[in-house]
Amino acid sequence: MQQNKPLHNQIPKRNQLYRKVLIKLTLETSKMYHIEEMRTRLTLNEQSLSNVHTTDFPGSYSGYNDAWDSRKFISNFRVKIISIDDKEMQFDMIGIDASIANAFRRILIAEVPTMAIEKVFLYNNTSVIQDEVLAHRLGLIPLDVDARLFEFRQTDDLEGTAEDTLDLELNIKCTKNPSAPKDATDPNVMYKHHKVFSGDIVWIPKGNQSDVSCVKPVHDDILIAKLRPGHEIDVKMQAVKGLGRDHAKFSPVATASYRLLPEIKLLSKITGDDVKELQSCFSPGVIGIKQNDQCEEEAYVVSARMDTCSREVFRHPNLKDKVKLSKVKDHFIYSVESAVGLAPNVLVSESIKILMTKCRSFLRELDNAQDKEMDTQ
Amino acid sequence: MEEKVNISSKLEVEQVKDGNSKTCCTFIMHNEDHTLGNALRYIIAKNPDVEFCGYSIPHPAENKINFRIQTRGAAVTEVLRKGLEDLHSVCQHVLTTFESAVEDYKHNTDQNVAS
Repeated sequence: MQQNKPLHNQIPKRNQLYRKVLIKLTLETSKMYHIEEMRTRLTLNEQSLSNVHTTDFPGSYSGYNDAWDSRKFISNFRVKIISIDDKEMQFDMIGIDASIANAFRRILIAEVPTMAIEKVFLYNNTSVIQDEVLAHRLGLIPLDVDARLFEFRQTDDLEGTAEDTLDLELNIKCTKNPSAPKDATDPNVMYKHHKVFSGDIVWIPKGNQSDVSCVKPVHDDILIAKLRPGHEIDVKMQAVKGLGRDHAKFSPVATASYRLLPEIKLLSKITGDDVKELQSCFSPGVIGIKQNDQCEEEAYVVSARMDTCSREVFRHPNLKDKVKLSKVKDHFIYSVESAVGLAPNVLVSESIKILMTKCRSFLRELDNAQDKEMDTQ
Repeated sequence: MEEKVNISSKLEVEQVKDGNSKTCCTFIMHNEDHTLGNALRYIIAKNPDVEFCGYSIPHPAENKINFRIQTRGAAVTEVLRKGLEDLHSVCQHVLTTFESAVEDYKHNTDQNVAS
């Protein structure tokens, strides 16, 4: 029957249907895009930030399966090394949640063990630096030694053993330089040993320690005290293994931080005088200028990575609606600077291992708790 | 090795008086803070059986966290166990990926220096 209907009746209907489907589809895709944006991007607005928190938990979004899936994690996760030297490294960690990325950072600062001077025995100190200030200064000197070779010292142990303690000594006396000319005014010429440096600290191996490692301060040129003729410092020191959360002197990093990868989108064409203005709103190298088809200068985003996310662009009324600033929520740009003798990549590996140790020890505790429960029943 | 100094981990289980102790529980984790607390909270909240998961530091001078889990019927201890195991395997993967990335980087730079 329907086949007999005149063709012109069908065409508009069909078109209507197409339009409806098309509208629905575009609505649907824009909704999907919006949700995807909420889940994966942190948006920088003029006065505020939005979508800061992790929201991809089961039940938060319909149509998404947000249950933990280790295969999905493994297929998405990437590490990209930007640079490594013996003191500093930069790397990207992509496809991980901020809570876990932050755990690594926190462990690097506060829970990777190092050796530092903990006890100072003062035999003589006639310098102008007070005993307690001198002891504190000595404690902060980073030592070039692998703390993994040592054990934590028991709190009631006062002597220490070769496994948990390093003995160090600093014995220095300032004297007049007999060969200095009479009219000299420079202390470097007039006196001998008038500056005490970290390089003057001597390590005294305990037991078989000299076979295993060689201990010295990381830097030889840290000024500890200034002396004048007749002044003397004679101290013995003990270095022990400790954690940064106990005292910052045990922290193995100078800085361990991350930032999120910035993303800059130009929502409409920016040409003419605005180009230079836009360029000046961002860090150097972020915005580039190209010749477009109409032979005018047009701004484009070269690399958002270098941007400091200053949001200067939102102070320019002619530009603020043409730019969208955001950050990729699961792309972490780490920078780790080692303060001790270990390479920064070793410290990062250690921090990951420490988080694993935490998990294992609580799994063991959970087993113990359940065993106890079984016994009482 | 690490257990020697006062950094050893200890777990206490606090049962709730009212309600089903199989499905709601507060674990007291000694010598822990946001480092483990937040990472574990994220992994456990990803579990569809979990109705609520959160933690608090009751007092900044006390070195412990209260870690609360409420489930939709699954045993809380098993949920916590799965969370710890998942976090452990995440770390394992991060560690192997990181170390191989470092290896590759060093290998490539060595080659560039040689050539």
